[in-house]
Amino acid sequence: MELTLWTYEGPPHVGAMRIAASMEGVHYVLHAPQGDTYADLLFTMIERRNRRPPVTYTTFQARDLGGDTAELVQRSIRDAVERFRPEALLVGESCTAELIQDQPGALAAGMGFGDLPIVSLELPAYSKKENWGAAETFYQLVRSLLKPQVPAPGTPKPSPNRWREEGRRPRVNLLGPSLLGFRCRDDVREVTRLLADLGIDVAVTAPLGARPADLMRIPSADANVCLYPEVAASTCSWLERSFGMPTVKTVPIGIAATEAFLAEVAQVVGLTPAPTMDESAAVAGEGARPPARGLGERASRMPWYSRSVDSTYLTGKRVFIFGDATHAVAAARIASQELGFEVVGLGSYSREQAREVRAAAQELGLEALITDDYLAVEKAMADAAPELVLGTQMERHSAKRLGIPCAVISTPLHVQDVPARYAPQMGWEGANVIFDSWVHPLMMGLEEHLIGMFRHDFEFVEGHRSHLSHGAPAAPNPQGESSAGESPAMAVAIAEPPAGSEPVWTAEGEAELNKIPFFVRGKVRRNTETFARDRGLACIDAEALYDAKAFYSR
Amino acid sequence: MGASLAPGQPTPCVDPAPLGASQAEVRQESGQREVFCGLTSIVWLHRRMPDAFFLVVGSRTCAHLIQSAAGVMIFAEPRFGTAILGERDLAGLADANDELDRLVRELLERRPEIRTLFLVGSCPSEVIKLDLARAAERLSSQFLGQVRVLNYSGSGIETTFTQGEDNALLSMLPLMPTSEVEQLLIVGTLADGVEDRFRTLFERMGISSVASLPPRRSTELPAVGPGTRILLAQPFLSGTARALERRGAQRIQAPYPFGVEGSRAWMAAAAAAFGITPPQVAAVLDPLVERGRQALEPHRRLLEGRRLFLLPDSQMEIPLARFLSRECGMELVEVGTPYLDRALMQAELDLLPPGTSITEGQDVERQLERVRASRPDLVVCGLGLANPLEAEGMATKWSIELVFSPIHGCDQAADLAELFSRPLRRHSLLSFG
Repeated sequence: MELTLWTYEGPPHVGAMRIAASMEGVHYVLHAPQGDTYADLLFTMIERRNRRPPVTYTTFQARDLGGDTAELVQRSIRDAVERFRPEALLVGESCTAELIQDQPGALAAGMGFGDLPIVSLELPAYSKKENWGAAETFYQLVRSLLKPQVPAPGTPKPSPNRWREEGRRPRVNLLGPSLLGFRCRDDVREVTRLLADLGIDVAVTAPLGARPADLMRIPSADANVCLYPEVAASTCSWLERSFGMPTVKTVPIGIAATEAFLAEVAQVVGLTPAPTMDESAAVAGEGARPPARGLGERASRMPWYSRSVDSTYLTGKRVFIFGDATHAVAAARIASQELGFEVVGLGSYSREQAREVRAAAQELGLEALITDDYLAVEKAMADAAPELVLGTQMERHSAKRLGIPCAVISTPLHVQDVPARYAPQMGWEGANVIFDSWVHPLMMGLEEHLIGMFRHDFEFVEGHRSHLSHGAPAAPNPQGESSAGESPAMAVAIAEPPAGSEPVWTAEGEAELNKIPFFVRGKVRRNTETFARDRGLACIDAEALYDAKAFYSR
Repeated sequence: MGASLAPGQPTPCVDPAPLGASQAEVRQESGQREVFCGLTSIVWLHRRMPDAFFLVVGSRTCAHLIQSAAGVMIFAEPRFGTAILGERDLAGLADANDELDRLVRELLERRPEIRTLFLVGSCPSEVIKLDLARAAERLSSQFLGQVRVLNYSGSGIETTFTQGEDNALLSMLPLMPTSEVEQLLIVGTLADGVEDRFRTLFERMGISSVASLPPRRSTELPAVGPGTRILLAQPFLSGTARALERRGAQRIQAPYPFGVEGSRAWMAAAAAAFGITPPQVAAVLDPLVERGRQALEPHRRLLEGRRLFLLPDSQMEIPLARFLSRECGMELVEVGTPYLDRALMQAELDLLPPGTSITEGQDVERQLERVRASRPDLVVCGLGLANPLEAEGMATKWSIELVFSPIHGCDQAADLAELFSRPLRRHSLLSFG
């Protein structure tokens, strides 16, 4: 038994719903009690879907439990098949139905629906979660539909060059994009375009937008791109084992990763030489560049934006990252290598991919935080005293409480994370989007600092705050009211000192600290305290402050 | 019906003449029910009693339901949570009880301000027959003098949406002291501001002893006894009403305090029960009625003659239908309700237009077929259905907003109407070329 106040992932049957709702022609009959229909709103409200997810719930009640719930299951299945005429049927149960063991999958199989593919889902609700449920459902569905096509053992793997022999362009499948994933809709478009630039076609994109018949075409491609390992890793590895289809594993989020992705795809399908990009795809009107720089520098604005002098202030910004494994690991790499941030915390709620996150953290000299307790994440965030948080919706709330700017990089989502505009995370355009969406919150934070800094200037005196002559004097800036112009982020960082004997600031030390420009004051305070603690100083005076400064500048 | 309520005309207390829909045919339907379960009530109950914690004993689904239904990520440490059952808990109930005790201890250590802990049963805890009543007894004696531990079921197999509040209040009943004192007991969660307003009005009419259930502090439970007259503020408290009657209280029959007419009738019925004369009542309420009616008028103009379909969800559908038809002039296509408690709904049913089509229970697919066939101007429904219906060109109002907004009373009648007129106004505002 585990106390949960809030959860990053829903139960596994919600993962199954994500697969069903992402596809066309699939229907899911879910043996579940009244109330479990709440999950519909995830799709209709967060994703703003214009139709209900293709799910029929048995919605049994206590009075049904005395009677024949199996009959209720069969009736629901029969009604759903008649009404929705699915091309494939998923049958499963939610947590409560799992306990009453009606075995809806077996019931469905015996109902005589002829050729209708029926996939019985067993998703252990008391040990697994949403992403696992999505991956398992996708895997079971693909496996059921493709089983008749699996070549006999010993059959040689298809040649990666077979597209040449067949006189066609190479083609790959994009596996993993789903509803309630992060920016999947736009990533698919971006990656499809990237591949087209290389002369590679997309055979099947699934589950998003695919029909069961499309899944049956999966083996016709030369390779699978595992776009979202959380959903597609198990399917890709089964396809590799059963059909000898190679998997492209690089997730193209960020410039370096996009280049590596293109190189990997080209290598896997035997495209040589390595990709050179069609000049027309280069950023228009920005011709003159040192030739030594790579593909990404020509294709995306992000590298130049990051190099431009305006971005100097991004150097060493402390950033705390938490999300699903794929997005968190990608964010850490982009932050540290492509934006010049300092990653001060990295973690994920994806226990299934914990190894990858740990490895990425280790590279940065950090210990990964693998947890699904958002309070532990908030605490780690406060302790790390970051200047920017990249996280899920929950980290956005936590960061807001701590007064730290935040950009959302991962599920779980809020309706505002499903933007109307084209906003991929992957590929060249994804890198542009990432630059904008991570840097803007920082800029806003900086502006607030400036307001704090200049608030004593006459322009900021009451009645002079606006050029609108009729504007009433604004209320005192609450931020300006906080002690000595500290940003709330810093205030929080020092509000909860770790237990133990803590060095105390003397009035003199505090006065000296306050002479330091506000935008580095928090860092100086933190460093000085660490310095004092390490040396067992009981109090911090001006001398200790300068000793620490000298120590850290070495 | 609407025409009898022209602005400026004195309000009929409650029109006694027509029997309305009370003898109408009620369609019974069963099938897939697109409703929340009783756990959802926690979202407003915990706000009402800031010294209470609601611990659902259930699954990840329960936790996900509450956070999804209420969009509750804004709370740092909310006063509700889920003790998620794991495989080990299912394997041995003895362990499950130990685990629950451990978890409650840890929780209460972290939250010393909590005075009442509700253990809330869920579908899985009911199915595995985890005895939360005994757990509550056990924990109550462990935390004697510090925290009271109560239990009730909010499971979907036993409750829909608002019935969770009924069960929560029922669980508090044994702790209510007995008293013969004459008092008015308002039963059902109201927004604090609305409650204050009602108390002021009752006082003006001459009823000074007014108590509320649930109270604002979980430990300050009102007394109940033969002198108590109960006035239900919400239409979904069947169990609580009957249990209070068994403690000697008398229930005041009245429509529910939605709209000017309903609110006036509700307050007037209470006044009558305390022997307050109609002129005294009129002196206090008529100015409110007049003002409320004027505020309602612009919404009435938008809503009049428009056709309304209410899908079952919050159990407030029948009173809302009454308000929207009688005071806003809407035409009722179908009024769905999760269940129909005739005793509690009698005064409402009497006021519905004769021949109103009422459906108890749900088969969501069939009901949606009727929605599509009848093309109403406005559909009241749950969050799962709203956008799909909008995409089909129908204006919708989410029912969950009705349980979170202050909508009771004459002063709120226009706000209540606005919740329904806004989608229509928006539909007429938007154009794309």
